[in-house]
Amino acid sequence: MSKILIVAEHQDGKLNPATAKCVHCASQIAGAEIHVAVFASDPAAAAADAARIAGVSKVITVANPVHANPVAAFIAPQLAEIAKGYSHIFGPSTTFGKDLMPRVAALLDAPQASDIMAVESATRFRRPIYAGNAIITVEVPEGTQLVATVRTASFDAAQTSSSAAAIESASPSAALPQHTRFVSVSAARSDRPDLQTAKKVVSGGRALGSADNFKILYQLADRMGAGVGASRAAVDAGYAPNDMQVGQTGKIIAPDLYMAFGISGAIQHLTGIKDARTIVAINKDPEAPIFEVADYGLVGDLFQVVPELERLIASDG
Amino acid sequence: MKRILVSIKRVVDYNVRIRVKPDGTGVITDGVKMSVNPFDEIALEEALRIKEKGLAEEIVAISIGPADCQQQLRTALAMGADRAVHVQTDAAIEPGSAAKLMLKLIEREQPMLAILGKQAIDDDCNQTGQMLAALWDRPQATFASKVDIIGDTAQVTREVDAGLEVLEVDLPAVITTDLRLNEPRYVKLPDIMKAKKKPLETIEPAALGITPLERLKAVKFDPPSQRSKGVMVKDVGELFTALRGKGLV
Repeated sequence: MSKILIVAEHQDGKLNPATAKCVHCASQIAGAEIHVAVFASDPAAAAADAARIAGVSKVITVANPVHANPVAAFIAPQLAEIAKGYSHIFGPSTTFGKDLMPRVAALLDAPQASDIMAVESATRFRRPIYAGNAIITVEVPEGTQLVATVRTASFDAAQTSSSAAAIESASPSAALPQHTRFVSVSAARSDRPDLQTAKKVVSGGRALGSADNFKILYQLADRMGAGVGASRAAVDAGYAPNDMQVGQTGKIIAPDLYMAFGISGAIQHLTGIKDARTIVAINKDPEAPIFEVADYGLVGDLFQVVPELERLIASDG
Repeated sequence: MKRILVSIKRVVDYNVRIRVKPDGTGVITDGVKMSVNPFDEIALEEALRIKEKGLAEEIVAISIGPADCQQQLRTALAMGADRAVHVQTDAAIEPGSAAKLMLKLIEREQPMLAILGKQAIDDDCNQTGQMLAALWDRPQATFASKVDIIGDTAQVTREVDAGLEVLEVDLPAVITTDLRLNEPRYVKLPDIMKAKKKPLETIEPAALGITPLERLKAVKFDPPSQRSKGVMVKDVGELFTALRGKGLV
């Protein structure tokens, strides 16, 4: 029987929605027993949330001041220690999980399947390669412990349960290294919906022309209650910060609505948005590849389209 | 000697439109352009800049794979690497095996830094650098967008979901590169000629005492699911009506 350990991602006592998605992915392995591990300086709040995710039967907390900010070098040896006896160890395919899980896999001498998008069985999974231009089905031998990262855009979050799983604390004895020190993280605080989980996203490409011009998208987003994203070209040009980047090497998202303004639609960008329910593209160039994936395409100047759209939304209802 | 190890992977060029073979056994690579993994070019560029600042003395490019990898190693030498090591094998190399082979080379070369691309654009695994760091029992600073070598430490800015994170790590360490770390230099013809004289050593995995394992077997290749065809709208009004009808605005 499969016994799956999921490492929780959290910030300021709040569980990242990616955790519930990992649980949902794990629950697709028939008969799996699912536990969640929370590493934090004070795990109580995040652990309480994890205990209420449907499908979770136990939460294991590791409280240590070194985990005030997640550092792979500190979590990996402790996670590897408590992961003994589990058939699968999952983490989200976020920068947290991508940084951490391979270090854990190496410590366990286990193979890792990155970006799982579908579960076929306890030993068979599908994942994207070549920026999502091919999907491979991979199989691990029966009885081989497997580490994996879960492509969160491919899974809904598991529901909240009315009952809470047991919460246990663990004190792994693995020595913590001295060779790595956390210095700082720039926390972009915003009232706007988080790009990774927003139901609606408006996104801009290099055609915006400047960081200042991105303001028209922020305005539209605020009018719509949407998050804001950017193409790699826009971020490279300095028009938007890196945490707004959508695409193969940025965020992979699955909103209900994705509106791309002045984004041509390079393969690497499309891989980040292909799971969006409705894609809208506005571009001056009728040949832009983005129109091949858009549900609604409008050939036009975004600097005219955006204000007009905002006007229509504002005057509606 | 202050040495930096850079790993170079031979991959299908990022501009190539990938097609899955009709029988589902793989991706079409016959006659397709092959290049150095873009993230690895960035890794090499960063190593060269560190050397140009006088903080390193030798750059060693390594590649694991079939005989044709030598083309990419020659490119690395032309870019400025001092010498190259080719671990020649036709076997499937998973990140775990790549990390174990690289560790053997690290034990031999004793570098101050190993710089790897954060992921290969063919398998998109994003594992090797982290695995290498674990096996080497050294720090990892992944998705680097800025690297500053200060004495025996490196201060690395990393691109993370929340924005930018800064880690300080003791050398030797593993750094993996993100796209914005630098813009790699172009290779000029005189450098290509000079590169022919630089040492390129070929060894087999067995000589390093490693048997590559393939534990995650690819059993099937499929093309991605296609979205159903959309419509072009003629103006903003039509767009707004359509979205409103779906309850999206």
